[in-house]
Amino acid sequence: MSDVLLNPGLVLIVGAAGLPLLRGRAQQLYLLALPLLALALLVRLSFGERGRLSLFGLELVTIRLDALSFVFALAFLIAAVLAVIYSWHLRDATQHVSAVIYAGAATAALLAGDLITLFVFWELTAVASAVLIWARRSQASYRAGLRYLLIQALSGVLLLGGAVLQHSVEGHIRFELMALDNPAGWFVLLAFGIKGAFPFLHNWLQDSYPEATPTGTVWLSVYTTKLAVYALARGFAGTELLVWVGVAMTLFPVFYAVIENDLRRVLSYSLNNQIGFMIAGVGVGTELAINGAAAHAFAHIIYKALLFMAMGAVLHRVGTIKASELGGLHKSMPWTARFCIVGSASISAVPLLSGFVTKSMILAAVAEDGRWVAFALLLIASAGVVDHSGIKIPFFSFFAHDSGLRCREAPAGMLLAMGLAAALCIGIGLYPQPLYDLLPYAVEYVPYTASHVITQAQLVLFAAAAFSFLYRRGLYPPEIRSVNLDADVVYRRALPYGWHTASRAVERLRLTAGPPLRRRAASTWVATTGPLRPNGRLGTAWSTHLMVWCIVLLLGALILLTVR
Amino acid sequence: MNRTPRPGWLDDPRNVTRIVYGLYAVCAALLVAELVIGRKAEFGIEAWFGFYAVLGFIAYCGIVYAAKALRRLVRRPETYYQDQDVRDE
Repeated sequence: MSDVLLNPGLVLIVGAAGLPLLRGRAQQLYLLALPLLALALLVRLSFGERGRLSLFGLELVTIRLDALSFVFALAFLIAAVLAVIYSWHLRDATQHVSAVIYAGAATAALLAGDLITLFVFWELTAVASAVLIWARRSQASYRAGLRYLLIQALSGVLLLGGAVLQHSVEGHIRFELMALDNPAGWFVLLAFGIKGAFPFLHNWLQDSYPEATPTGTVWLSVYTTKLAVYALARGFAGTELLVWVGVAMTLFPVFYAVIENDLRRVLSYSLNNQIGFMIAGVGVGTELAINGAAAHAFAHIIYKALLFMAMGAVLHRVGTIKASELGGLHKSMPWTARFCIVGSASISAVPLLSGFVTKSMILAAVAEDGRWVAFALLLIASAGVVDHSGIKIPFFSFFAHDSGLRCREAPAGMLLAMGLAAALCIGIGLYPQPLYDLLPYAVEYVPYTASHVITQAQLVLFAAAAFSFLYRRGLYPPEIRSVNLDADVVYRRALPYGWHTASRAVERLRLTAGPPLRRRAASTWVATTGPLRPNGRLGTAWSTHLMVWCIVLLLGALILLTVR
Repeated sequence: MNRTPRPGWLDDPRNVTRIVYGLYAVCAALLVAELVIGRKAEFGIEAWFGFYAVLGFIAYCGIVYAAKALRRLVRRPETYYQDQDVRDE
């Protein structure tokens, strides 16, 4: 029972309660100590199951630490440390508390050994993270946060439904590899799919992340979707459907990212695309593929946080993150620009950086499995990554035309966090072996072969050459202020519009068809109830003679029906 | 401290052109490297010389042109959803 408290996630959740009691430097130091403490606890915990609880006859396993949960938890907590440093300047206890609870809940959800524990922390991540969106304190963020919370809660309800179904069919709630031959599997897959931003279930991500605070989006980018990737790797590894879901996810956000003006929304599309690579890996399900998905999640958490940090720093200093209004900021924010370029090169899988040594594992696993169509589509999507995250993000904010905006360099905490994240991107890229050693399976994979370096460098640099070619000839789509319709138009526009139209139609119908209908009903009422009135035909006294005949007929009918 | 920096190295268009030509030169060098060092290939057309280079260039251009077409279809004014929000209130 007492080992329930050995949960690194709980350290953060419980520890967050102390934050509002502190002020100034003490609060900052305490905030930094929390993820460091959780990290120390995680590293000291031995693999295995602990923290068993019995609840209403259900056997809960609150901590299940194995290689798969460890590598994700490690990434989560390292990201928490980076995000805390990034938020160093911030004096907003609401954001600090919700961010730390969010990180703790996500870590605890990773460690959950059963579906009910998973559900509890799954929902807690939803509630805590919604506060990070609302903390922007604007009308748009309030509405986006509500939509986000509704969709996240729906995912939780589906997960709970799946857990109940599994318990009723199989008699246990353990969270293990699940099959899609029963409704429980589909419920849980759909729950994971919402959080993992599957196509058509994805729009909560692009809708809400750009509306959160500059620091809040960094936290958001780390946890929710990667928790879903972990859950899919745990529950649905080797599910054929996921290969194609993943491939679709890598492709469609690429087009939206090209034409999107809000650079944090571009990164949200890019996040969606990167999750696609991991989910495709999970779908392939071989040892190399699962290793690739886990390694890519680890690297992705760092470089994606770095990119959101850089854009958050721009938003923090300039007050806007619209590509149409930015440009030339490398003069004011040279270090932010440098760190951003490291993040961009990492996500583009440039050799010597983290994306190169992790994404290629997934691609190698897809090729090894003989899936050439998926392999080719993932390569095309990789060229798209070069565009939206590799070029568009740094180019339109820090270079392109000089917007005339002048500001100070990002605060020291932000720079330090970005510097550390950039160092990790380079470190993992140069020396990937320590990361490989953490992966779930012992698989030999050598990223640095002449062949791999040449092909990947060709892919990235020819894509970059294509950009310079198109941009210098004015063929690249200009950045313009606009909103692009995506799947969310269904619930933000079509459904409300349909509802309004239907209610108006009902009102019109009431006005036009109502009066004649009421008149007709009244006359029918008079005609049918006439015989029953006191002086109506049925209302007058009947003769005894008639009554006797009625009774005789009824009794006769009864005898005929019952006696055979 | 809102100082206006001196014109930088990148402000000179000739330097930008130099960077772009540098990029093209590296691309050419990579093709030569493929020719000289050679590389592994797993399936049919992937074995063709310059497959990854052509794929990178063509896929990139294809994505950009497809996105331009998509923009014509999905682009709306920035206030598109705000108008809806105001009506709801």
